[in-house]
Amino acid sequence: MVNRIGCLLVLFISLGFSTGCQQTPAADQLYQQLGQQAGISQIVDGLLHEIEHDRQIVHHFRDTDIERFRKLLIEQLCELSGGPCKYTGVSMQESHTGFQISQADFDNLVRHLMKVMTAQNIAISAQNQLLGLLAPMYGDVVYR
Amino acid sequence: MKYLALLLLCCALPAQAGSKVIATGGASTIEGAAGGGLVPWAVIKGYASSGQWSVSAMRNQVGVDDFTLHSTGVGLSYDNNYEISFSRQKFQLDTIGGDLQQDIIGLKYHLAGELLYTAMPQISVGMQYKKHRNFTLPALVGAQQDSGIDWYLAASKVYFNAVAGRNLLLNATVRATKANQTGLLGFSSANSQNYRYMLETSAAVLLTPALAVGVEFRQKPNQLAFADEEHWRDLFVGWFINQHVSVVAGYVDLGSIAGLAEQQGYYLAVEATW
Repeated sequence: MVNRIGCLLVLFISLGFSTGCQQTPAADQLYQQLGQQAGISQIVDGLLHEIEHDRQIVHHFRDTDIERFRKLLIEQLCELSGGPCKYTGVSMQESHTGFQISQADFDNLVRHLMKVMTAQNIAISAQNQLLGLLAPMYGDVVYR
Repeated sequence: MKYLALLLLCCALPAQAGSKVIATGGASTIEGAAGGGLVPWAVIKGYASSGQWSVSAMRNQVGVDDFTLHSTGVGLSYDNNYEISFSRQKFQLDTIGGDLQQDIIGLKYHLAGELLYTAMPQISVGMQYKKHRNFTLPALVGAQQDSGIDWYLAASKVYFNAVAGRNLLLNATVRATKANQTGLLGFSSANSQNYRYMLETSAAVLLTPALAVGVEFRQKPNQLAFADEEHWRDLFVGWFINQHVSVVAGYVDLGSIAGLAEQQGYYLAVEATW
């Protein structure tokens, strides 16, 4: 909405200068499609639930402060999707070193995320966009 | 009926599926390797991720104007790196009469890259040892050998959010082969004894993570003097029902085969995976 008003303002101001107002997708479009803060929190909670019931990966979280992990993951997904947040955690590489996370662990997490997003009726294009942003982290997460 | 029983059996088995994301093991090609329909991809069959095993059984059928190809096979893969498959093909000469049969043992090794996760495409090298089972007719029309080995290098990658918000799979395979009509008409000819390099390509859009629509092209050599061999093409829809069953249906254009032109028809493949 703010964006649209801004766009209109630019349009009015520039009327005499023959510069058009381009309708480019908002920088936070993905954040909106994920359901903003509430939607992302719900995704993270769904993911935590899946992890908790996955014997393959739950052991990696044995010594994890889940509350803090939850907060950081919400921050990260919020920032990544163009939302008004700043991820305050350490780098992906740093936070995963020593965990010996395997490809199978990573695959499981991706499947859980897809399942949770589908359950929340998030559009396929938004799901794919988020997966596309997360996929390149593979190298920083696996076998560290 | 046999296959229905197989499907039911696999659905009833405890869900000890592998970790890989749905559809990332590809479907089963006519030669048994994981891929699309006619083209082997760099993906490893089944859902076995790191440290996991996967077993599969597959059945393909291609029906064109004057021929029907039946292909039945089994596959085994490990660690998302190794794939071995065995297939038996029976090519019925519906209008000519009789059939041609060959066995195919396929090996594939995943060299580098990860289909979903790396900027570099997943790259695999593969071989297919093919042995003809009733070589009389191929020998009669000029084939020199009753067995041969195809070698191929395949690169596959999924691009997220690439086409109208959908993920796109692109594949390119280069195959070195001496086979006539994939080996169904034997290997080599009087004037062609060396390996020929053929390009095979596929593109598929994943409408949903479990539903793919794609197109393939398979370049073919033309070595036998008695009849022209032409490139193959197909259009397919692949439905990965769950991690145990996938069904692929399509349309194929196999060009001219043994002097009979414009061989077009259907493609069907069912794969069960544990």
